Amino acid sequence: MSIAEVVPRYPKEKQKMMMLNGDEAVAYAVKQSYVDVVAAYPITPQTIIVEKFSEFVANGEVHTEFIHVESEHSAMSACIGAAAAGARAFTSTCSQGLALMAEMLYIASGLRLPVVMAVTNRALSAPINIHSDHSDAYLMRDSGWIMLFVENVQEAYDTTIQAFKIAEHSEVQLPVSVHLDGFFLSHTMENLYILPDEAVYEFLGGPRKLVKVKVEYFDEELDYALNPARPLSMGMLAFYDYYFEIKIQQVEAMKRAEKVIREVNEEWYKLTGRKYGDGLVDAYAISDAEIAIVVMGSSAGTVRSVAKKLREKGVKVGVLRIRSIRPFPHKTVAELLKDVKLVAVLDRAASPGSFGALYLDIISSLYNQKERPIVVDYIYGLGGRDLSPQLVYKLVEDLEEGLKRGFAPEEEVVRYLGVRE
Amino acid sequence: MGLRSSREIPLGGVGFKLSTEVKTGDWRAMRPVIDQNKCTKCLLCWLYCPEPAIIWDGVKVEVDYNYCKGCGICAHECPVKAISMIPEVGGE
Amino acid sequence: MWTASNIVAVAAAYGGKYAQSFPAFGPERSGAPVLSFTRISDEPIEAHSMIYEPDILVILDYTLLSPKIIEGLKPGGVIVTNYPGDVNFVFESLGIKRGDYRVLLVPASKLALEILKIKATNTAMIGGLLRLGYVVKFEDVKKAVMERFSGQVAERNIILIERAMNETIEV
Repeated sequence: MSIAEVVPRYPKEKQKMMMLNGDEAVAYAVKQSYVDVVAAYPITPQTIIVEKFSEFVANGEVHTEFIHVESEHSAMSACIGAAAAGARAFTSTCSQGLALMAEMLYIASGLRLPVVMAVTNRALSAPINIHSDHSDAYLMRDSGWIMLFVENVQEAYDTTIQAFKIAEHSEVQLPVSVHLDGFFLSHTMENLYILPDEAVYEFLGGPRKLVKVKVEYFDEELDYALNPARPLSMGMLAFYDYYFEIKIQQVEAMKRAEKVIREVNEEWYKLTGRKYGDGLVDAYAISDAEIAIVVMGSSAGTVRSVAKKLREKGVKVGVLRIRSIRPFPHKTVAELLKDVKLVAVLDRAASPGSFGALYLDIISSLYNQKERPIVVDYIYGLGGRDLSPQLVYKLVEDLEEGLKRGFAPEEEVVRYLGVRE
Repeated sequence: MGLRSSREIPLGGVGFKLSTEVKTGDWRAMRPVIDQNKCTKCLLCWLYCPEPAIIWDGVKVEVDYNYCKGCGICAHECPVKAISMIPEVGGE
Repeated sequence: MWTASNIVAVAAAYGGKYAQSFPAFGPERSGAPVLSFTRISDEPIEAHSMIYEPDILVILDYTLLSPKIIEGLKPGGVIVTNYPGDVNFVFESLGIKRGDYRVLLVPASKLALEILKIKATNTAMIGGLLRLGYVVKFEDVKKAVMERFSGQVAERNIILIERAMNETIEV
């Protein structure tokens, strides 16, 4: 978060300071975003989002159609149907619920529908766990959704609103998920600033605007929405002669999303005075860092607060928070990390048999660089295991020591942080 | 016309041709023939046809051989056995 | 007691501070020991971990008093605890001597029963915190309570907090 150097359209004095937890902040963002349909099924720790939002519905504060569905699979199906009909749709889930709607995630992005979903990251069973880790987010990496990880409650509010704008952009047309750590953000009350309703409405340009498609059987371009007066077939069968081309459209759209996320981040800065790095990554003290820690989510704040103290002692440590894991900003990461000596990537989920997902994206960013750092993978925080400041200090100690003696090729590069082995 | 490239296909792979351009009648191995003398105009064949490939013009029922795939449901449902399935002549 | 943590955070925000409040849940049943964390700062708060070295420890249930409970409390830190009326019980249970830490004793159970007619000690403990003076101000707490509760419940809680504040003793 940067201090405003330009005078924003809505400086702090024009915003309202509230004390909300992450879930409530998301609910407020949805309330202000002129959402037409919300279909959701409760699952800890997302329940507060839907509970708070249904209060708004009950009080008549929103025009939203709230659909009580019987499962998360139905929730996403309902959102897909609504979005296909032209509505702005939102849902929320995590963990087992996200796993249950897995097939529908691919359908939402394959149909190029700008659904927005809040995921309160929670560990996947088994064993059953209701606390925060990123294993549920990692399962949707390839689904074609844009995935943005937030660090604090303010960002949860800001990013949920931005999500609609990014998703509905004519160059993108992809669903967006906003990831906030379960309990560490969902149930954590923090100060945040809320924009006035009209500011959000204006930022989003009012209700959802549809893009156009050209078909052979109609002269004019049609709205990309199901309309009996102007029939379209969505989600058709596509054999080996067409499936590949249609999928590549999605891949190309995801590439264009990188630029759009940056633009929306800048626009938000001009509107509110807040920005999150360049929209995709948020770097602290990387330019002269010898050791860099790459991390996503709420733990980034903890790591950064320790890094600040270490910097005062002269330790050259930097923190790179990845905000957008899809699309992954490979070029930016390469630029930022290429001159660092040692990078530790913190993955809050395990991929048994290989490295953590974030680690793989980081090293692929660096592979073709002439000069590149040693990169090690640390699995941490599974099942809500806290990343305490002490663990971060220990991590940096280990990294400094490793840097001094040099890493041997046979050394284990997947380590664990904070587990009793 | 050649197959479209990724850039030429509309958003989301939406159908850019009408499905009626595909003459599914080509798929037939058996064809239904309606004996208009036996037909009582009950319209059950019209109702059950999955395609739909049976046309009711207000006077008589007729098979639309452009789209009829020869599934035989109409013949099966007809209460007076006015429809017979005969092998398609020609084709594969 | 998550409620109390939240009220303190909201009150701190009204006092112009940055605040953060969140719970650490144990098994989901009432009566199970639950931890709640509150950070109050003049600067934006970045840490999102649990708190291991608190400056102030607030204990609502005096049956939990043991040497283990104060692990991590900073030297010279503050203990604000509910107590059954016997001062020595507190020092013995905690295994500390006078002077090790600042100790504030709140007759929370007694006052809660008297004013609220139930043994909900959480808001009373806020009274104990107020006695410290520098954490939050009474006016801000009052505002936060009025937001959180309504009508009679709000009024009774404010009376309870004020009495607890006045009847807290430092030993």
